[in-house]
Amino acid sequence: MKKIAILLVAIMLLTSFAFTGCSSKPAASDNSAGTTQSGSDVIKIGVFEPMTGANAAGGQLEVDGIKLANKLYPEVLGKKVELVMADNKSDKVEAATAAARLVEKDKVTAIIGSWGSSLSMAAGDIVKQAKVPAVGASCTNPLVTQGNEYYFRVCFIDPFQGTVMANYAFDKLKAKKAAIIQEVSNDYAVGLANYFTENFKKLTGDQNAIVAVSNYNTGDQDFSAQLTNIKSKNPDVIFAPGNFTESALVISQARKLGITCPIIGGDTWEVQQFLDIGKDAVEGAAFSTFFATEKPITKESEKFLKAYRDENGGKDPAAVTALGYDAYILILDAIKRAGTTDTVKVRDELAKTKDFEGAAGVITLDENRNAVKSAVIKQVKGGKFVYLDTIQPK
Amino acid sequence: MTLDWLLQHLFNGMTLNMFLQHLLNGISLGSLYALIAIGYTMVYGILRLINFAHGDIFMTATYFAFFGVVTFGMPWYVAFPIVLVMTGLLGMLVEAAAYRPLRDAPKISILISSIGASFLLENLATVIFGGVPRPFPTPEIFTGVVTLGNGLMVQKLIFYIPAVTLVFLVALLYLINKTKTGMAMRAVSKDHETAKVMGINVNRTISLTFGIGSMLAAVGGIMWGMKYPQIAPLMGVIPGLKCFIAAVIGGIGDIKGAVLGGFILGIGEIMLVAFLPNLTGYRDAFAFVLLIVILLCKPTGIVGEKIAEKV
Repeated sequence: MKKIAILLVAIMLLTSFAFTGCSSKPAASDNSAGTTQSGSDVIKIGVFEPMTGANAAGGQLEVDGIKLANKLYPEVLGKKVELVMADNKSDKVEAATAAARLVEKDKVTAIIGSWGSSLSMAAGDIVKQAKVPAVGASCTNPLVTQGNEYYFRVCFIDPFQGTVMANYAFDKLKAKKAAIIQEVSNDYAVGLANYFTENFKKLTGDQNAIVAVSNYNTGDQDFSAQLTNIKSKNPDVIFAPGNFTESALVISQARKLGITCPIIGGDTWEVQQFLDIGKDAVEGAAFSTFFATEKPITKESEKFLKAYRDENGGKDPAAVTALGYDAYILILDAIKRAGTTDTVKVRDELAKTKDFEGAAGVITLDENRNAVKSAVIKQVKGGKFVYLDTIQPK
Repeated sequence: MTLDWLLQHLFNGMTLNMFLQHLLNGISLGSLYALIAIGYTMVYGILRLINFAHGDIFMTATYFAFFGVVTFGMPWYVAFPIVLVMTGLLGMLVEAAAYRPLRDAPKISILISSIGASFLLENLATVIFGGVPRPFPTPEIFTGVVTLGNGLMVQKLIFYIPAVTLVFLVALLYLINKTKTGMAMRAVSKDHETAKVMGINVNRTISLTFGIGSMLAAVGGIMWGMKYPQIAPLMGVIPGLKCFIAAVIGGIGDIKGAVLGGFILGIGEIMLVAFLPNLTGYRDAFAFVLLIVILLCKPTGIVGEKIAEKV
């Protein structure tokens, strides 16, 4: 009797655990009820971003850019553009629900998002079946757009980013041996780690150049065991792709365990919280990203920078904010070229994008719907992100 | 040296030094689990109620500390005691609102109510504090690293946490076994009705139990925040569940058992990652598997005694 009772509790415990991910958080905005018919006087664009959960800070940065773009360009085809917010809660299951709501209930013309490749991939099938084009701002995993005619993005992809960081480790840091600690439940991190590994081995000509590979899960807070294992292998550099919250903890714990080698990562680190949480420990951490305010590239960059600084008291925007901005103006441009809100026609126009001047650089989409762009390397110096180098695509 | 040799040959390249480092990491994680598990087990011991909101009270405490230190600029030695008091009051409020009205309802109703309270706190925190993680303001005095011989590096915190756990363990054992309030708590745990007849204010005693349990959660939260300086509305979920497991492993209701369970779970988790790096992704699963094994083999936990079934 008692055994059964306790087992029952255990089952409840596990289910409550399983459901915490989907416990209802405040929906960002639900103001569109009742206007399901298309052909009304507004054009709806869905904003599909994590606004709560582990990726919230990243999502917020993109939303800032999208809102700024909406403010500067509020109309297209003589109609007002309305942003419909959908919070994907940093959760793959929630992401599918949020995307389905945008295409089915809100009937949006196009979707922007999401920060986090895994979250974007969760929406892949939904936008494909509904034939609604989606433009990712900073999701860099190749699988987001691969085989999906309706997914586009305004950023480069991870095979390029992995090459950039492997080159940086080999050329600039003179590293011969590297260790990897990756967020194994995150498609972005695992993909990036693979491309880094491939290129680093090629560069060093040594099949054993990667001395250790350690994994952790999204949401983990203790990495001491993984780092102790890495420390014993004495690498010259540690490549640690992953979400900024976990990465900041990884780096600070590594320093506390006496690991002194450089630690490098990917674009997800460029978030204020990375600096707040990591404090002194993240000093010197280097990563690849999309855009540096020190190097405005186009006329649109200057317009974007000026508007952003005016609104935020002179503060500089993050790269992903510029990409969120770009995703919005690119969609608007495609709608203008298509001359209609027919989602299939808008998609076709998006696919033809060539030499489009965005804030974070000139966008030309290749046959896989990815932008071909240069990468920027930044480093944390004095508690700030500082521009280091620009790497051109080959 | 033979242990060294054994480790090296059995577990590719693990040295004695590394093993000790892993053990220290495990002890520091385990003592955190122990600290939070004490609060769980105490409430269970007195009320026979598993308070699922414990992990969320723990989370709220870290936010109180954040606002105390960062927003109001209080020094930590002022802020932290205030955090303890406020969290204690929050625990009492949760008890009065979610559990007291169900005092005579079946146990399962109160259990479900505690899950409700847990979700409520999580979502309130998301709305009020925002979903974006914030840094925990660790006081300067608690940071820093100590190097032991042979390149073993440990955070200073690793000495503070077990010390704090020990102090609270002793204080709690004293309170429960030697004081009048403790006697009232024990009486209430045996039988509400009879305790009431004997002139014990049952509501006050239970409220106090929640207050103390929540203060323990606050202490655990502050220590957790210092070790993993990042706070978020859902941060209490996993530690809450793990500490519940720790309490069950030790024998829920037994305070010394909770400490033991905390250490077993903490060290076990670290050693799993240390010796079987390929299974790192199953770290959380390890805790749950351990729970199931314990429930199947020894449902009263390691030190728990067999209690005669009341039904």
